[in-house]
Amino acid sequence: MRYLPKSPAERTEMLREIGASSIDDLFSTIPEEYRLKRDLNIPRQMGESEIIDHFKNAAAHNAVGYASFIGAGVYRHYRPVIIDSLVQRGEFLTSYTPYQAEITQGTLQAIFEFQTMICELTGMDIANASMYDGSTGAAEAAMMAVRITGRDGIVVARTVHPEYREVMETYAQHQEHSANEVGYGADGRIDLATLEQALTDKSAAVLVQSPNFFGVVEDIPAIAEIAHKKGALLIVSIAEAISLGIVRPPAEADIVSLEAQSFGVAPSYGGPFCGVLAAKEKYLRQMPGRLVGETKDKDGRRGFVLTLSTREQHIRREKATSNICTNQALVALMATIYMTVYGKQGIKDLAVQNLAKAQYAAKTLSENGKLLFANAPRFHEFVLQTSETAEQLNARLLENKIIGGLSLKKWYPELGNATLWCATELTTKEQIDQAAAVLTEASVATTA
Amino acid sequence: MATTEQPFVGTPRKVTAHLTQNEKLSFEISSPGKKAYKLPPLDVPEVDPAQLLGKAAREDTGTLPELSEIEIIRHFTRLSTWNYAIDLGMYPLGSCTMKYNPRVNEFVSRLEGIAEAHPYQPESLSQGSLQIVKLLQDCLIEITGMDTITLQPAAGAHGEFTGILLARAWHKSKGNARRNILIPDSAHGTNPATAAVCGYQVVNIKSNSQGGIDVAALEQIVNEDTAALMLTNPSTIGVFENQIHKIADILHAKGALLYMDGANMNALCGKTRPGDFGVDVMHLNLHKTFSTPHGGGGPGSGPVACKKILEPFLPIPVVEEGSDGQLRWNYDRPESVGRVRAFYGNFGMFVRALAYTLANGPDGLRQTTEDAVLNANYIRKKLEDVYDLPYTTPSMHEVVFSDRRQVKNGIKTGDLAKRLIDYGFHPYTTSFPLIVPGALMIEPTESESREELDLFVDAMRQIAREADENPELILSAPHSTRVSRLDETTAARKPVLRWKPQPE
Repeated sequence: MRYLPKSPAERTEMLREIGASSIDDLFSTIPEEYRLKRDLNIPRQMGESEIIDHFKNAAAHNAVGYASFIGAGVYRHYRPVIIDSLVQRGEFLTSYTPYQAEITQGTLQAIFEFQTMICELTGMDIANASMYDGSTGAAEAAMMAVRITGRDGIVVARTVHPEYREVMETYAQHQEHSANEVGYGADGRIDLATLEQALTDKSAAVLVQSPNFFGVVEDIPAIAEIAHKKGALLIVSIAEAISLGIVRPPAEADIVSLEAQSFGVAPSYGGPFCGVLAAKEKYLRQMPGRLVGETKDKDGRRGFVLTLSTREQHIRREKATSNICTNQALVALMATIYMTVYGKQGIKDLAVQNLAKAQYAAKTLSENGKLLFANAPRFHEFVLQTSETAEQLNARLLENKIIGGLSLKKWYPELGNATLWCATELTTKEQIDQAAAVLTEASVATTA
Repeated sequence: MATTEQPFVGTPRKVTAHLTQNEKLSFEISSPGKKAYKLPPLDVPEVDPAQLLGKAAREDTGTLPELSEIEIIRHFTRLSTWNYAIDLGMYPLGSCTMKYNPRVNEFVSRLEGIAEAHPYQPESLSQGSLQIVKLLQDCLIEITGMDTITLQPAAGAHGEFTGILLARAWHKSKGNARRNILIPDSAHGTNPATAAVCGYQVVNIKSNSQGGIDVAALEQIVNEDTAALMLTNPSTIGVFENQIHKIADILHAKGALLYMDGANMNALCGKTRPGDFGVDVMHLNLHKTFSTPHGGGGPGSGPVACKKILEPFLPIPVVEEGSDGQLRWNYDRPESVGRVRAFYGNFGMFVRALAYTLANGPDGLRQTTEDAVLNANYIRKKLEDVYDLPYTTPSMHEVVFSDRRQVKNGIKTGDLAKRLIDYGFHPYTTSFPLIVPGALMIEPTESESREELDLFVDAMRQIAREADENPELILSAPHSTRVSRLDETTAARKPVLRWKPQPE
């Protein structure tokens, strides 16, 4: 086996030095009846070229060469080449969690830069070293709010990503806290009057997403005022990190749960991504996950360490703030490099391009449908209501190698034939015009 | 001329000191107006953000660095050289399975049709991704001897969470979710934390004199309130629980389940199967046993395999094959525990783990396990005369010594570990498991050649001698790194968790 660095003679020699007569001696503690005496029934050992062929064949059975208008929590953005060059350096790729700070200063300083940039973008005081993803981050943020307030109710906007809500529900079911949902108004934003009624003195937090699942930017200052008046915290979930280049940061929030996939991370059929929690400084001790802090060595040189680990499971065991152990360090590094490449001006320029593309797409595509929530501020997603079903529409688009908007019927049946569309800086005018032309054929056909 | 009074200073054979570049924080080398990006010209009409977003428009994007591309390359390349890595040498962290991360795994995970796959693109255009999921599932089911699996959990602890939710749902379906999870005192900290997150009380059970489960004591403790026992096998001292089936029988007799923490699966692949020795539900760590890179602390992936009785409760969605041979996701599972993560899990890690499995095949996986166990036993044999071995039970893939002999000179496991850095090795796992005071937990994995093992043994033996003759040298180690021991107390007492501009 080509990954194993031993010759048969070396194995024999080592066994002799150990005093074992055969390798099976070393497995003698496994009771005889449980030893596997046959080959595992898995594919035979393959050469490297065969492995590549196997996956190329699989890749060819996925969509290749399609224009896509799907977003909904996973966004296609251009990924600068240097991200991959840098994260494939073995010193980053094959390093462990930086518990031994003296020989992991590279990872530690990069995470410290990550935490700083996340604070700058979200308007929060502190940020952790990352969470699994945006969905579990939202669930962890809710549990954090329960710990902080000593209350047990979470009020969640229905405009939060449906799968994030499902994950939160799974986490909540055994945490003795309850979640109830608040619907949206005609503008596609959380209904403020309903929100006010839903809040009680048992409410630990209000959780909204902004831009929300429909791409609409929520009125964060107004929501914060309502939440805080009732003594509840405000958690803002952000699934599209690029929006922070042009959308005002949720500075009034107490906790921000960000999905940083847009910062240089491939869609990769849904993961790995990079969640991160940011919060007001006063909530530091209730923050789950790893944190990197600055300190000095005994000669006064600056260095970085994992810190405040008394919150974590390996110290606190069942009393920990969370059972989370790993973060998404390598993905957080991709995001760090991405934010460094675009920097202060680039993140804004990029966000404005996204805004412009989506504006053009919404205007062009809605010539053959109804643009829902048209008057609310949006980032780069929008909801289109059409006379024909999403299935009919998308079947025709697929014939033209276009993956159209995502059907919302499963989660929002009240919206009828509604589809969620996304345009990013990678979406071209030509693609938008082509999609619009297919929609026009459709509406002509329907009219006829 | 040296006198006999001069204390012993060892000679590292693996490393020679070399210079590393200094590098400030990116913010400190930034200057306004520098750019590392160029956007293509906009092909649609320009927009006015203030008009479109109103008061939701952002004025200032805060302080992000402004640098050119060459500076960014150098910045992160310099940082990278401050890290230790498997690619540089042995990484004997017990319980972490720091094995070689094959590069073909990285290559195939970046193929366009795989990396660019959107989780919501039509299933008809996702058959390749679904085939990868299905084949990896089939392989892992066969390797573990279980009946079914979910790949959705994002890491080991997330897998534990999912597995205990399955156990809970099963108990609940029988009318009573039960109250307690039994956890040995040798367990990983994630086990009790997981039980708590799932709403269970933790009942700690003491290990016996061999570091294993005290079967007689277990029999006393298990009752109708017991939901499950969370067991690591081989245990965290690297010992196979040879009464494992008896343990399973005791639990099953009271209607409780056996959960296995699969952290140490690298000792078992191809040699024995948890499903065959009585385990009901377990998680795997693809970033340990199946070679996906640790990446400085993630991403991981923690699939959960289980017996048929738990299948109805698996997280949604589950992959299914239709009568037309097409694969699809099934969301219609009324008894499911729900969803533990958006989309389908850390798919990119599935690709890598499958590539690893295909590169090995049945013979390669078995040889891998044998070499991992051979390496651990070789280290044990070569060091047991200089380090205390608290449990003499036969080792599998890792060996746990203690600092008992060195502590009399005031030297603890953490000090020995720091000195190991000067010899060019990453430290072993220190102070774990908790049942061994001053533990040195060493897991070489199969990836080490005999030469590398001999260098490690030589380093550990020289350090043992230094501990006897020159304790000061060890207490102040490491001596060869960019920074010496860092002040963790101040870091925790006055946390500085982000850079801030210095006032003028």
